[in-house]
Amino acid sequence: MDLLTLPFMQYALVAAVIIGLAAPSLGIYLVQRRLSLIGDGIGHVALTGVGVGLLTGNSPVLTAVLVATAGAVGVELIRERGRTSGDLALAMLFYGGIAGGVLLVGLSDGAGNSNLMQYLFGSLLTTSPEDLALIGGLGAAVLAAMLVFRPALFALCNDEEYARVSGLPVRTLNLLLAVTTAVTVTIAMRTVGLLLVSALMVVPVAAAQQVTRGFRSTMTLAMLIGVLAAVAGILLSAEVNTAPGATIVLLALAAFVATAVGGALARRFRRDRERPPAATEPPDVVLHV
Amino acid sequence: MSVVEVRHLAVGYDGREVLRDVSLSVAAGDVVAVLGANGSGKSTLIRTILGLVPLRRGEIDLFGVAQRRFRRWERIGYVPQRLGAGSGVPATVGEVVASGRLARRGVFRFPGSKDKAAVREALTAVGLLDRIGDPVTTLSGGQQQRTLIARALAGEPDLLVLDEPNAGVDAASQEAFAAALTRFAGAGGTILLVLHELGPLRPLIGRTVVVHDGRIAYQGAPPEPAGHHAEPGHEHVHPHADEAKPAICEWAPTDGTKAY
Repeated sequence: MDLLTLPFMQYALVAAVIIGLAAPSLGIYLVQRRLSLIGDGIGHVALTGVGVGLLTGNSPVLTAVLVATAGAVGVELIRERGRTSGDLALAMLFYGGIAGGVLLVGLSDGAGNSNLMQYLFGSLLTTSPEDLALIGGLGAAVLAAMLVFRPALFALCNDEEYARVSGLPVRTLNLLLAVTTAVTVTIAMRTVGLLLVSALMVVPVAAAQQVTRGFRSTMTLAMLIGVLAAVAGILLSAEVNTAPGATIVLLALAAFVATAVGGALARRFRRDRERPPAATEPPDVVLHV
Repeated sequence: MSVVEVRHLAVGYDGREVLRDVSLSVAAGDVVAVLGANGSGKSTLIRTILGLVPLRRGEIDLFGVAQRRFRRWERIGYVPQRLGAGSGVPATVGEVVASGRLARRGVFRFPGSKDKAAVREALTAVGLLDRIGDPVTTLSGGQQQRTLIARALAGEPDLLVLDEPNAGVDAASQEAFAAALTRFAGAGGTILLVLHELGPLRPLIGRTVVVHDGRIAYQGAPPEPAGHHAEPGHEHVHPHADEAKPAICEWAPTDGTKAY
């Protein structure tokens, strides 16, 4: 495939591998916490960061990391504090983020719709070697944090009160998740775009859990699905000239459909083969008439 | 030494006082049951002791250290009412129980052979070792409760704190549960638990504390069951809320007519 000899394709593929591994490794904690949509909101906020970068002539990836991190920490503080008002506060933060981004990108020099579109939906042509270094460094950091702290993050997301009584640094771990969410959103922005990045965090996890039994195996399979969808999506989009972000997400969704159907068939097959014994525990109450 | 010391505790949510002037002392080796009607504040009491609910007034010492400065959380094993809300993502019984080792191991160390052995031992104690690789969601309610006990036991605590461990649990699990707690207490462990009724745990309980309307209404030996309440296998089913209140006022350990 002569496409692979093109430097921009190589950059895009390396970035896809990093993001394909990092996004689900973080996403599994967000799914476990029922915060599947948080990545989407942080993506909205990151767009303001892109606008700031374009307007001030700095690297949009770098400014987006900073603004998204600030947004994510703000979200975490709102979440920690209350319940009822939090929902509305988040909505305002997210819509403020995307409106600010659209405004600032529009104000920057030589900007047009195409510039905005490549940040919102990803583009193959835009990953520069400098971006790649940043993506690689930050992606490796996210991945390392998610794997090293897995027992603690699992305990936190599974049962926050229990984690607190275990003396775990709950607040620090929550902030770690918030910051890594922001970082992951931003580094994935070049490949899948800000509006689709959340899908790459969540869909591989949803696909994996159709056929797995434990947390660890779900995480491993989700990362495998993530990296396969990302790489295949880049190659396919270059081949047939489709939007890379949308191609990657649709492939991940295809994996979900495959595992959901496969999992259901496997369960049915197992049930038919080894009819399990009836209730293993005696009933609580026996009625004598 | 006093394991838990509560002095003149007051707790409130949004302007409403849930607990008023509560004092309680649990010594090493004690098995104390906190009883009370729904909404009496009994769960709030133990949640405040654990630091999950902020206190308004009063003092709490854990193992002789003020709660705010207490850092040795591995000495406490907490068993909540039910499995956390977290979900969707599957987790095996072994993975959930392994969380119980974190307090002892710390966040930065990977689990070693000692941690794995403790997880297996704790699961053996509650009779669930054969389910170690199964997703917790495939377990019955009672088995999930036993998983949570195993999680607390895996940390090798000195004090177990349980919040209504028997709520909605099948008889077989209640027995397995009572056996695990009896073993823990027999080895010198201290237990503080919130209960709705004494049930099969009765022989284990050394002292009961009855919380009524935010205050401690009674402290002392558990009541002797009498009348039809004393029949073997009797499960006391409470009418809730309003009707429970007069029951507490009537109830006293000397009259021995009401089993709680």
